Amino acid sequence: MQKLLKNEKFMNALVPICSALLGLLAGAIIMLISNYDPVKGYGALLDGIIGRPKAIGETIRAMTPLILAGLAVAFAYKAGLFNIGVEGQLLVGWFASVWVGYALKLPTIVHVPLAILVAAIAGGIWGLVPGLLKARFKVHEVIVTIMMNYIALYITGDLIKRYLYAGNEKSYSIQKSASLSSQLLASLTENSRLHFGIVVALIAAIIMWFILEKTTKGYELRSVGINQHASMYAGMNVSRNIVLSMTISGAFGGLAGAMEGLGTFGNMNVLSSFTGTGFDGIAVALLGANTSIGIILAAALFGGLKTAAPEMNFVARVPSELIDIIISLIIFFVASSYLIRWIFSRFSKEGE
Amino acid sequence: MSFLEVLAIIIPAALYSAAPLIFTALGGVFSERSGVVNIGLEGLMLFGAFIGILTTLSIEDTVGPAAPWIAILIAALVSGIFSLLHAVASITLKADQVVSGVAINFLAAGLAVFLIKKIFNKGQTDFIAYRINKIDIPGLSDIPVIGDIFFSRIPLTSYLAILFAFFAWYIIYKTPFGLRLRSVGEHPMAADTMGINVTRMRYIGVILSGVLAGIGGAIYATSISSNFSAGTISGQGFLALAAMIFGKWHPIGAMGAALFFGLAQSLSLTGAQLPVIQDIPSVYLTIAPYVLTILALTGFVGRAEAPKASGVPYEKGKR
Repeated sequence: MQKLLKNEKFMNALVPICSALLGLLAGAIIMLISNYDPVKGYGALLDGIIGRPKAIGETIRAMTPLILAGLAVAFAYKAGLFNIGVEGQLLVGWFASVWVGYALKLPTIVHVPLAILVAAIAGGIWGLVPGLLKARFKVHEVIVTIMMNYIALYITGDLIKRYLYAGNEKSYSIQKSASLSSQLLASLTENSRLHFGIVVALIAAIIMWFILEKTTKGYELRSVGINQHASMYAGMNVSRNIVLSMTISGAFGGLAGAMEGLGTFGNMNVLSSFTGTGFDGIAVALLGANTSIGIILAAALFGGLKTAAPEMNFVARVPSELIDIIISLIIFFVASSYLIRWIFSRFSKEGE
Repeated sequence: MSFLEVLAIIIPAALYSAAPLIFTALGGVFSERSGVVNIGLEGLMLFGAFIGILTTLSIEDTVGPAAPWIAILIAALVSGIFSLLHAVASITLKADQVVSGVAINFLAAGLAVFLIKKIFNKGQTDFIAYRINKIDIPGLSDIPVIGDIFFSRIPLTSYLAILFAFFAWYIIYKTPFGLRLRSVGEHPMAADTMGINVTRMRYIGVILSGVLAGIGGAIYATSISSNFSAGTISGQGFLALAAMIFGKWHPIGAMGAALFFGLAQSLSLTGAQLPVIQDIPSVYLTIAPYVLTILALTGFVGRAEAPKASGVPYEKGKR
């Protein structure tokens, strides 16, 4: 046990697991205090996550953009950057995918990849701007990406109204040939909205792992993230790595948008506020310790919680916002891992 | 429509929508000057708006028109306490300040709506009966031209916000407390060596930001929206953050920027009635504050530099 606690890798996995458990425990306490039945609440929640084929289908559907948003946050984080602008990158990606999906008439085999690619490029450009400003003017990327979120929100709304407006605050729907949705997946899961996007998300997770762990470029990116000065003296171009990492990160964000545009919805609304998926990506990346496999697991947890929230509300009358509270507490616990690590280190010292 | 008539429409509207931004942006100044980044302004403001409406609704039958004013004070108190979470996480537990701020935003939104559903059994509160009303300042509003533009149909809170900005400037730049606050944000180790309690100063900075953001949110709720729902505060906190940066982390600058953003907001809302402005698509006015903030940071509108130690947890003895 003592040996395990000193093992860095083990600690890295232990902290998120403890945090998630603490978050769920806090959720139960909140339910108790506010006179709801936690057993019934969590029972309904579990049922809504994996209780029926349809629930599983919807959970996987909700996971899909969360995985990509998490990858976007994590990829930038590995290079020492905080991309809080995934929300904006997601919105421009969503819009771009719907535009390509609606305006062009192509065979599916070309149309789907093209729409996905354009979404990634749009998101990439949205990430490139803060990357360039960071590299060239030393402007903090957090502030720029927050501002870019709002610019994306209002511009996509305006563009829909101008060019793609089908009335009732909605854009036109994409052509069948650009859609990721599938009869097969839907029929397997009692007509859930499950679509092929999950395949894209899993491939993206593998790509991120491959770039970061198996290529020279990835080594450079991680090294810039750990120590910019050392990387510079080692002859790496820090500025170029910053721009590159924000661009790729933005592209992941754009892909998350494409999942909504080509998969779940098939169109885009004129949004008056953010979808929240981009911000959830921060929670996913944090809980997943910025690794591909961790992100997939964390996205499954958060995606499941979010999909099942209405059922918990319906069965146990617990307001679905409890899920947001739980997620925010999990973020707090992971972010304050100092505390968890400290407790465990005390624990291991006393054993000696 | 004459130019002066146009001014008499947009200036009061700008002052009206700027008040919440000014208070919140000043909160941001206090926090960042002490060296703690506060992305959680949005959440703190949201919680202030929620408490503001809740308090007004529960006391307005007994205290009448004073209710929203008392509510603002209560909201300040509660948001101040709420901000302790950010302080504990980011100062004592040395969590990443941006992450902790993001968590504050999630938590405030989730908790407020959760409680509303628990209390009101629906997604939004009732409307309050007593709002902070727009008033004509006696005497001053009778001055020709100026009176119509600057002293008519404007809630008292807007003037309080502007006065408070000068007060904050005095505190931060002219008092020993302000010097200590700034020193902790610029070079905590040097401050520590001089016997300043870095942790305590940073706690004060963060709590003040919570108090002020709470006031800002409560003013928004009691003067503009009159009720509270999940969408009441959607971006005003981030706009205030932008104002703080555009104002270069300076109280007067932040106030000026908030007024300017208020103007842009009021133009995008009332612009349809105005000549020239009505030809500009409103989306340009809506995104103007955000674009300008980026330009300000880039140095095209005068370089904005954050306090040096902003965002870095302080560890004693670390070089």
